[in-house]
Amino acid sequence: MSRSITLGQYLPGESLIHRLNPRLKILTLVLILILLFSLERFGALTAYLGFALFLFAVAKVPFRYLLRGLRPILFIALFALIIYFFFSKGGVVLFRIGIFTVESEGVKEGLFIVTRLAALVLFSLLVTLTTTPLSLTHGMSYLLKPLRYLGLPTEEVAMIMSVALRFIPTLMEESQRLMRAQLARGADFETGSIFRKAGNLVPLIVPLFVSAFRRADELALAMEARGYRIGAKRTRMYEDIIFPRDWVVLAFVLALLLISFTMDL
Amino acid sequence: MAGYSAIIVEAKNVDYYYPGEGENASPALSGVNLTVQQGEYVALIGPNGSGKTTLLKLFNALLTPTNGEVLVRGIPTTNEETLPEVRRTCGMIFQNPDNQLVATTVEEDIAFGLENLAISSAEIKRKVKETACLLGLERLLCQPPHLLSGGEKQRVAIAGILVMEPKCILMDEPTAMLDPAGCREVIETVRELNHRQNITVIHVTHFPEEAANADRVIVLNQGQLITSGPPEDILADIPMLHSLRLQGTAAVELAALLRKDGYPLPLKILHKRELVDSLCSLERKS
Repeated sequence: MSRSITLGQYLPGESLIHRLNPRLKILTLVLILILLFSLERFGALTAYLGFALFLFAVAKVPFRYLLRGLRPILFIALFALIIYFFFSKGGVVLFRIGIFTVESEGVKEGLFIVTRLAALVLFSLLVTLTTTPLSLTHGMSYLLKPLRYLGLPTEEVAMIMSVALRFIPTLMEESQRLMRAQLARGADFETGSIFRKAGNLVPLIVPLFVSAFRRADELALAMEARGYRIGAKRTRMYEDIIFPRDWVVLAFVLALLLISFTMDL
Repeated sequence: MAGYSAIIVEAKNVDYYYPGEGENASPALSGVNLTVQQGEYVALIGPNGSGKTTLLKLFNALLTPTNGEVLVRGIPTTNEETLPEVRRTCGMIFQNPDNQLVATTVEEDIAFGLENLAISSAEIKRKVKETACLLGLERLLCQPPHLLSGGEKQRVAIAGILVMEPKCILMDEPTAMLDPAGCREVIETVRELNHRQNITVIHVTHFPEEAANADRVIVLNQGQLITSGPPEDILADIPMLHSLRLQGTAAVELAALLRKDGYPLPLKILHKRELVDSLCSLERKS
């Protein structure tokens, strides 16, 4: 039943984008997002949207994943369009509906915002689709390493995240088992108002929590037995190596950003 | 087994009280003396709450004795600095296969202990591969743990210990949650390691059949070491076992019933095969 649980949205693949070093991927994503926020011209923004689509093609991500990723922002985009169309003034009046007028500047601004939103989502989606949740966590923890000097336990947080990822399928299996057990005892998860349904989940959540704590306890013991000690120096089987190709990509992105900035000004 | 050379673990007059149980609480272990030699296969049996698991945890330094001393290759387990050494020497396998696998893939889980020892990445990869080949886990290296069978999970757990080149494997009812095929898988793996690599095994079990294959059986009750000896002595001692609410192997129990009914069977019958053989020879004589 839970053989098919996929974590996050990772789509396995072998493309250059898949193989890029995760921390560089995160870093370039942040840079691109900052750029997208600061771009002022419509042309440049559309060019970046096109670039995102090109990268999706390079990563060989099927088109439906792209649509699926954009679906959550559909409502926000529509809302933004309506607000801008009707309430942002300037330029020529395009048409009137009752007392409302739609003016050219408003249309322009609305489209600009929506394009920016789409580009932001597409670039982020590209990173989450091409990087395993585990590499993402490792990459993040690496980038956050400087925070260690402020006393934040970044290594431990990374360990917590990877253990959490390991146990998500196990706990999902368990919740399904518990659900069947409670159904067999006459529990009802389907009918009633939303409050009733939420209330009915209590006999599911309580044992799940109890079992999660018991598991955590045993796992901590097993980790300790295998020599894990908080704060002790550890190594990793798969080191986070930056290859020459990673530097090339980073240089390319930086150059692109520089050009965009100067042109946009 | 031939020539034990060195003492691996040693308990000297060990008492253990679980903390926070008050002054008058009964000890989880009291006055336990035990030495286990390199290459020995020891089975620990006893009713629930007899202190078997506590004793194992003492050998791995997960717990330290309240009184007395536990030595792992001569090193006391109370010393903070030598803790990694002690845990590397005595690896521990737990009952629940799910709750001892840490990483999201089999290979990274096997690597976990080595990562804790801060060994270089190339070395880790080499050793993980070697160990996986030894236990026949090559095929599973990239699998996430939740897709494995119970027996496979326990074998991965054993690999995670074995990769650290231990002298001793401590097993706390490793087959209690497995199906018969999984049990066989795990027991055969451990017996192989014991025979081929001379790795000491201390095996806590509720199954008399598993204990019957050990070199030595130790019986615990209420925190005390009751008796210890070769399986054909301990597991055939039905009055003692029954008084502790334990059982002999199926063959022992059956032989006892047959003896009661007047069949003159020899006393040292432990395995099914021996019972069948002696019954057949009785048949031929009569």
